[in-house]
Amino acid sequence: MDTTHKISTAKLDEILESYEYKKSNLIAILQKVQEEYRYLPEEALIYIGTKIEGLSPATVFGVATFYAQFSLEPKGKFEIKVCDGTACHVRGSMPVLNAIRNKLNIQEGQLTSDNGLFSLETVSCLGACGLAPVVVINGKVYPQMTSDAITIVLETLLKEEE
Amino acid sequence: MTDKKTLFIDGKEVEFTDEPNLLEVIRKAGMNVPTFCYRPDLTTYGACRMCVVEIEGRGIQSSCTMPPEQGIKVHLNTEKTRRIRKTVLELLLANHDRNCLTCEKSGDCELQKYAEEYGINKIRYAEKDEYLPIDSSSPSIVRDPNKCILCGACVRACREFQGHSVLDFANRGSKTIVQPMNGRPLGQVDCVNCGQCVAVCPTGALTIKSQMDDVWKCITNPQMKVAAHIAPSVRVALGEMFGLEPGENSIGKINAALRRIGFDLVFDTNFGADLTIMEEATEFIERLKSGKNLPLFTSCCPAWVKYLEMMHPDMLKHLSSCKSPMSMQSPILADLIPKTFGITRENLTIVAVMPCTAKKYEALRPELSHNGRQDTDFVLTTKELGKMIKSAGIDFKSLEPEQADSPFGEYTGAGTIFGASGGVAEAAVRTAYEFATGEVLQNVDIKELRGTTNRCKDVEIDIKGTKVIVRVVSTLKEAEKSLKEIKSGKARFQLLEVMACPGGCINGGGQPSSFDNTKIKAERAKGLYKEDEQLSIRKSHMNPSIQKLYQEFLEYPNSHKAHELLHTAYVDRFKNSYKDI
Ligand code: SF4
Ligand code: SF4
Ligand code: FES
Repeated sequence: MDTTHKISTAKLDEILESYEYKKSNLIAILQKVQEEYRYLPEEALIYIGTKIEGLSPATVFGVATFYAQFSLEPKGKFEIKVCDGTACHVRGSMPVLNAIRNKLNIQEGQLTSDNGLFSLETVSCLGACGLAPVVVINGKVYPQMTSDAITIVLETLLKEEE
Repeated sequence: MTDKKTLFIDGKEVEFTDEPNLLEVIRKAGMNVPTFCYRPDLTTYGACRMCVVEIEGRGIQSSCTMPPEQGIKVHLNTEKTRRIRKTVLELLLANHDRNCLTCEKSGDCELQKYAEEYGINKIRYAEKDEYLPIDSSSPSIVRDPNKCILCGACVRACREFQGHSVLDFANRGSKTIVQPMNGRPLGQVDCVNCGQCVAVCPTGALTIKSQMDDVWKCITNPQMKVAAHIAPSVRVALGEMFGLEPGENSIGKINAALRRIGFDLVFDTNFGADLTIMEEATEFIERLKSGKNLPLFTSCCPAWVKYLEMMHPDMLKHLSSCKSPMSMQSPILADLIPKTFGITRENLTIVAVMPCTAKKYEALRPELSHNGRQDTDFVLTTKELGKMIKSAGIDFKSLEPEQADSPFGEYTGAGTIFGASGGVAEAAVRTAYEFATGEVLQNVDIKELRGTTNRCKDVEIDIKGTKVIVRVVSTLKEAEKSLKEIKSGKARFQLLEVMACPGGCINGGGQPSSFDNTKIKAERAKGLYKEDEQLSIRKSHMNPSIQKLYQEFLEYPNSHKAHELLHTAYVDRFKNSYKDI
């Protein structure tokens, strides 16, 4: 195998096998692959597209880019999700988002911080409107955030990393 | 009482039977509504809403998705339906490149046509500010995403005809786009250049990569002799661009038009087809005798050849080593014309007129070049030649028919039926029978091999006691099924004819648009079989010019000289496909 590829076809085969190479299992397969690599590498999409009968790389790419849950770029070690649903927006999710951008130096339109440690996304309503504005980092919910509060949270995480 | 079912269209009572949708009923009754996404040969998508009609008591419905129902009262052009269509057009145009004037599709574009018919003379929305790059990496197709209206016809054509899905939707919402894998250039993915996506595209988003300018340049160069040869299917389709009936054979007018345009020599690819049969029938008999590498696959279709090279290189040994008629005819011309006219190859341009976009790719294959010069210099599709005739101001319809030039313009009925699915196999059997038995085949018609709707046919042929099963498929989706059969050891056939376009070359990606009318294919095929019937010689090996060519030049089929000029080798393109990861 060409070693320049980051993906392991053996691993992909294992996943495909467990879903019987079935077209109807595509979403679940992509979820598993994303779990493995923290994103969907292009080579993996191509591989899946050629291995499952009735699919093609272009079709798999289409599915991967249709659903917001999938990412085609590597995500950071810390996945930050800022809720920008109506309630959070009204209660100030934008200043929180900007504070994170400033702190981590992530530009608009950029997914991951340059050191690869953090990735940042906005999501629509997380269903925790009572706690608005909400930020979720690797599954942990941080309620009623302010710019100052989130900066402290990030500083703690950065310190732990050192 | 009979169970005759009727419904009303604009007050007129109309009968219907098993039409899949209301739109077909409307069209059968001689009326029409505009469509973008509906294509009778493909699954219904129901996305564009141009085909809306108003049904009494039920309101607005899209006619392409609604089954016909007894007694309903349908109105095609109400205030509401017309307003909806206008809004659809306006919204599409808002997102569309507005440079109609310089668009390859201008004059043949459905968006342009309906915008004009519906009097859209201003667009209330601002022009979009971001334009995506145009992809002209493929030798056959130009893709301009800025002109795409997301009707999905190309996506369905590639998937449902070729089983290939080179193009698909990506992203979501306003960012939705139709593209090859991750926006890669079409020339660098596993596209087989068949052009079926182009044939169904209503706009200029997918167009044929034109070589008209290159050809004009040669024609207007006084130092240059320009020779053309015309493929079988072109003669029964080109006339459609000038108001002739589909299937009407206009080869005489085409010959005349080519001379008016300025071509110096006009030949016929049917001659090349006869030549192909000489070689392929001989090859078939040899394989039948040795039992090796059966079934034999035909090799005239470049899209099929490329598909096999990319997806199943392990099966290339089945593929006939014969070049296609185009690629047999061109090197013969390149070899013999300079000798005859005392010119050099440099001063000769060979143009093939083809129904096919994949032939543009075939012409580029390095094996089909001599001394660094392509055997076929340029490939014009039927559509391109039609445009050239128009731009030369020629009144095509009133041209007096002319003969092609001798000797590479003479052909038999077997050569002419090459254009229809089943035709290559039929021509091969006619000759193989006589080569194998030394006896005269009395009835040359093998009607079971014909027909444009059935995409897979098995016919048993009795070659004096030896039973041979011939399989004819069109579309690569069907071909793939046959390959699976072979791999699983279940295949019973000895000859496999494959044409990538549904119904064969008559429905090629370079032919005048015909997606709206499923009958056109059948009419074109009929036109070819009619010519076959009318010709006095209907077996390739009886073509006197072919016989002479062998006597004076090629010696005998599969001779050393024949191999040098008429046979080829294939390339393992597994690496070019996605399969090699
Ligand atoms: S040319 Fe044929 S293979 Fe290529 S994208 Fe179009 S339909 Fe698919
Ligand atoms: S490229 Fe043409 S056929 Fe394909 S979706 Fe766009 S407009 Fe439709
Ligand atoms: S033609 Fe009916 S919705 Fe497009």
